[in-house]
Amino acid sequence: MSIRERLSGNEAVANAMRQINPDVVAAFPITPSTEIPQYFSTFVNNGQVTTEFVPVESEHSAMSACIGAAAAGARVMTATSANGLSLMWEMLYIASSLRLPIVMSCVNRAVSGPINIHNDHSDSMGARDSGWIQLYGETNQEAYDNAIMACKIAERTGLPVMNCYDGFITSHSIENIELEEDDKVKAFVGEYKPAHYLLNKAEPIAVGPLDLQPYLFEHKFQQAQAMREAKDVILEVSKEFSAMTGREYGLIEEYKMEDAEIAIVVLNSTAGTAKYTIDRLREQGVKAGLIKPRVFRPFPYAEIAEALKNVKAVAILDKCDSTNGAGGPLYTEVTSALYGAGITSVKAVNYVYGVGGRDVRTDDIEKVYRDLQLDVANGIQGTPYRYLGLKG
Amino acid sequence: MDNLIEIRWHGRGGQGAKTASLLLADAAFNTGKYIQGFPEYGPERMGAPITAYNRISDKPITIHSNIYEPDFVVVVDDTLLGAVDVTAGLKEDGAIVINSTKSPDELRGLLNGYKGKVCTIDAKTISIDCLGKYFPNTPMLAAIVKVSGIMEDEAFLNDMVESFKHKFAKKPEVIDGNMEAIRRSLNEVKGL
Repeated sequence: MSIRERLSGNEAVANAMRQINPDVVAAFPITPSTEIPQYFSTFVNNGQVTTEFVPVESEHSAMSACIGAAAAGARVMTATSANGLSLMWEMLYIASSLRLPIVMSCVNRAVSGPINIHNDHSDSMGARDSGWIQLYGETNQEAYDNAIMACKIAERTGLPVMNCYDGFITSHSIENIELEEDDKVKAFVGEYKPAHYLLNKAEPIAVGPLDLQPYLFEHKFQQAQAMREAKDVILEVSKEFSAMTGREYGLIEEYKMEDAEIAIVVLNSTAGTAKYTIDRLREQGVKAGLIKPRVFRPFPYAEIAEALKNVKAVAILDKCDSTNGAGGPLYTEVTSALYGAGITSVKAVNYVYGVGGRDVRTDDIEKVYRDLQLDVANGIQGTPYRYLGLKG
Repeated sequence: MDNLIEIRWHGRGGQGAKTASLLLADAAFNTGKYIQGFPEYGPERMGAPITAYNRISDKPITIHSNIYEPDFVVVVDDTLLGAVDVTAGLKEDGAIVINSTKSPDELRGLLNGYKGKVCTIDAKTISIDCLGKYFPNTPMLAAIVKVSGIMEDEAFLNDMVESFKHKFAKKPEVIDGNMEAIRRSLNEVKGL
């Protein structure tokens, strides 16, 4: 039986980490992820975990310590946000190219500048090509569930995993949640047995040597191939998780898409606000639907194209701007998915929204669906690259 | 969404409005509800105006935005009246409950023409009588439970006893005072 609780997203993730009891946690505090190492250090102090907790002096060192520990053969977890992720930049690529299954919660926050502590997705979206699997969660429940599944996904794919969820909105809001019992979570993640690791004296290996023209290309191909194959691993782990909890996860979540004529694609907490708005619009006969990608890396191209093929128009919402003079990162990927699948009948527009924590109201979401109705009726008038909730 | 109740709290940094909103979420959770409790994070300073929110429902809550059209508003400090538009969006069939020594009629003029129910409670006197110090959040918590009717007095009292036993495990001497503050607050709301 699950345990009915009420926790913030950060409390939930810290508890997932307590249940997993990783060998090493190395972290440096940054709002809004700070509570994760804060709560976790309490678990360490109280003897509730046997983890080696490394309170480092910067995020660069946090990721470096994670890399060293993971290469040694440890199960490793950490957390960060925004500029903390920026400072890890160099080490993100090293972690993924060394194929180290590190699990990091990325509590999404706007990257400076101007300095801002609130939620948008500029941090994790900036790191989307760093070779990390990226999971996105709408609620404290999904942040908790993804933290547990991330462990297995990372270890089976040999790729590091980012568990992304919205700063403050999810990380600091208290909501209902179903927790699993400690022993069930421990049994689910099992014991970590790395295939190759530095502390294995029976198999001396080198980690991270110079890799020039003869083989670097092949190694990068292997990394990309592991990311392609990660889709199946994520589905497999999600199925095992569902068998334990009854909570089902795929690569994307579809809400009222069966007969939808207009749809929104959006990540994280705003998907919940959209669901609420869809229910209202459906009462008025508007055939509105939603797609929430749970996985951004690897990107579910085929699944999203399939889910969107019958809609008349779709709005892709980005909680950060690519400053490429055109669309945000999610828009670029979704339109690429449609084009790649040969789907040209769907009108696709982009909205950059919620940047720097600008609140997203049900009225904002309703406006997008109303705009889509006009796009269906009249064709896209003017630019498809739009802003939502921007002061005029 | 059926039975969704939305509450907005106005207080000043350091008065415990955020804590009170989390306690309310706890109490509602313990009676089987779905809840949200979240403050609006900003550059908090002691004494600066702050806002916190609650959603309480019989069904799962998916909406994740601030609250713009609350059913109820709680004002933990009446010096905010006039400085902050506390009744903004407040539903006319809802209510506002204000911590004040004044009567509802005396304060109505400061509420931008709000036509709904105005309630007051003297949280300061209750707190000082029962606890010897000024902690407005416990009386305000009881007042909003009373005004909103989200749970029966008895269920709320039973839940708070358990909650205080847990919260004050290391200083049980304050439990009786807090419970007395709650009992008095439930009975001393004006304007119901």
